[in-house]
Amino acid sequence: MSLKIKALTKSPWVYHLCAGGSCNNCDIEILDLLTPRFDVERFGAVLVGSIRHADALLVTGIVTKKTAPLVKKLWEQAPKPCLVFAIGGCACSQGLFKDCYTANPVPLDELIPVHAYVPGCPPKPETMIAGIVKALGSLVAK
Amino acid sequence: MNDRRIIPIGPYHPLQEEPELFRLEVDGETVVDLDVEVGWNHRGIEKLCETKTYDQVPFVVERICGICSTSHPLAYVQAVEEAGDIEVPERALYIRTIIAELERIHSHLLWVGLAGHFLGYNTVWMWSWKYREPVLDICETVTGNRNHYAMMKVGGVRRDILPEHVDYILERIPELVKFTDLIKGAVLDDPVLHARLKGVGVMTTEDMHEYGGVGPTSRASGVPGDVRRDDPYAAYGLVDWDVITAPWGDVFAKAVVRVLEMYESIRIVKECLTKMPEGEIDSNPKTVPAGEGIGHHEAPRGEVFHYVRSDGTNRPIRHKIRAPTYMNLPTYKASVVGASITDATIILAAIDPCYCCTERMAVYKHKGDPREPIMTGEDLVRLSQEKTARLRKEFGL
Amino acid sequence: MTEKIVQEIQQALGKKIKSVVIKNSQRVYIDIDPKAIREVGRYLWKDRGARYAIATTVDNRTSFEVIHHFSLDREGGVMVSIRSVLSREKPSMPSLATVIKAASWIEREMNELMGVEFEGHPDMRRLILSSEHWPEGVYPLRKDFSHR
Repeated sequence: MSLKIKALTKSPWVYHLCAGGSCNNCDIEILDLLTPRFDVERFGAVLVGSIRHADALLVTGIVTKKTAPLVKKLWEQAPKPCLVFAIGGCACSQGLFKDCYTANPVPLDELIPVHAYVPGCPPKPETMIAGIVKALGSLVAK
Repeated sequence: MNDRRIIPIGPYHPLQEEPELFRLEVDGETVVDLDVEVGWNHRGIEKLCETKTYDQVPFVVERICGICSTSHPLAYVQAVEEAGDIEVPERALYIRTIIAELERIHSHLLWVGLAGHFLGYNTVWMWSWKYREPVLDICETVTGNRNHYAMMKVGGVRRDILPEHVDYILERIPELVKFTDLIKGAVLDDPVLHARLKGVGVMTTEDMHEYGGVGPTSRASGVPGDVRRDDPYAAYGLVDWDVITAPWGDVFAKAVVRVLEMYESIRIVKECLTKMPEGEIDSNPKTVPAGEGIGHHEAPRGEVFHYVRSDGTNRPIRHKIRAPTYMNLPTYKASVVGASITDATIILAAIDPCYCCTERMAVYKHKGDPREPIMTGEDLVRLSQEKTARLRKEFGL
Repeated sequence: MTEKIVQEIQQALGKKIKSVVIKNSQRVYIDIDPKAIREVGRYLWKDRGARYAIATTVDNRTSFEVIHHFSLDREGGVMVSIRSVLSREKPSMPSLATVIKAASWIEREMNELMGVEFEGHPDMRRLILSSEHWPEGVYPLRKDFSHR
């Protein structure tokens, strides 16, 4: 296991990216992870303000035509290795908004590589923690 | 010498119903003009609703916003009920009111927390979000989900509140009152917050009339407008409660209105639970005749407005939705212009649109290399937090 | 109460009103001559102190309807909806934004999503759809629009 991967699994710094067409609920549940009941900081996970500091991307919402270039650009700016999580039904499968006229014809997982899907509308904070732990576990196993 | 610079806030930021790009034009520390660009989050829900049946639409409009996720369906079902003259059983009206008020409590707690975070007062953030959890627990027990309750239905509600759940909520209400007292003390009796928020981002009653502002934003400017009182619906006309207003129009007034509204919400929930009659919860309408209807509901952020036109088929032919932030956003022209950059963050946050915008801000030099940032969003939050720290020192806290 | 409000509105506006429908005690729909929208708006918003709620456009396949909703908050919360019927071929009416600032955004939105012209609007830029990703002259909320 490379040093980079080891550091990543030890304390993943996450960047939260709202891909555009989301209802905001997954975003609030992600913030909820930081607050006393769930407190993911005890596992070393910190929400960071810049993509350049991130080890993992938490993407919520469908990609709209207007945000697609920005999402792609952000992924390109992320230092690799970087894990991408699709949080919630919209990010996983475009969900309810599949037929919207502003939905990007290319869904998130074809636009950028996605490593883990966390379904739910919105996924409960426990589900998100479980998803992140599983993805990190698969990295360690490699 | 023209020393004006543009600060873009945005374009899209993580915590927002409608991602926006604010272009603040600043001269030194003072904001002299601003422009708002929206549309990153535009999903075309109005069009999508025209392709769904009347019973499917509540699930779509619920997902307009995760925090007002009961307000939109409530306004929508009222619009359809008005269009088709559909009766609603009284018990369903009470259940609608209870869910809507529980939502208001957790939404206001969310705002208090994030506003605290912006001022560098993270204690308020952590505490108010900690106490938001019991409210979400109640919602989960009653409806089965922490958010997106799927309770509203044309003609009634989908789920009943069971007797054991009534007891459970009543049991937990003293706890809600206790932590509301705590939040009230932390926010309203803090000299630093007084110094930091009073006289910041003042909007007058005339400004509110001019821009059509709604909700706590307008009530903090002394406008006694509240849809629940002006045009009573659900069970709001059947229980006893007060409209909270504050005359000052600044950010502090908005905080006062929101904190005191939580007490009213608790009062409404309590009274509804004890007064709720037995009986049917759904009138099971089979068709919606041709017609048009307007439904509005006082969401935590202000009036949600839905207009539905029916032509007698199983789908609406037009469904217009207006969220409260749509009316409140343009009021920035009145409140932010003339303020300093350090105060801009909290003024922008005060109407309760969203906050995480700040971590995606950057100040760009207008002249020279336009792409070279001289200040990032984190710097702006830091500036704001430093001002709070300075004030705290002055007050010897 | 509602009848009294309607009578007063009819007296003040006279011939500008084509027809009035009182749907129930809280909802009134008034058909007007689209050219008179500014006088009607000024009367309701400025003289009567109504709150400007929002506007809706409806494409009913034969014509466009622009409905401005005013809420008389201080007079029992009666919602007065002012309907202007416009031709399907060239939908155009005077802008209300010159009188009421609150109407500015919604007129921009109606212009780009439904293709209704508002004459004299002070700032008719696109509000929602960016010009990079959305072609000119395609209006998604019209009934003949299909994105597939």
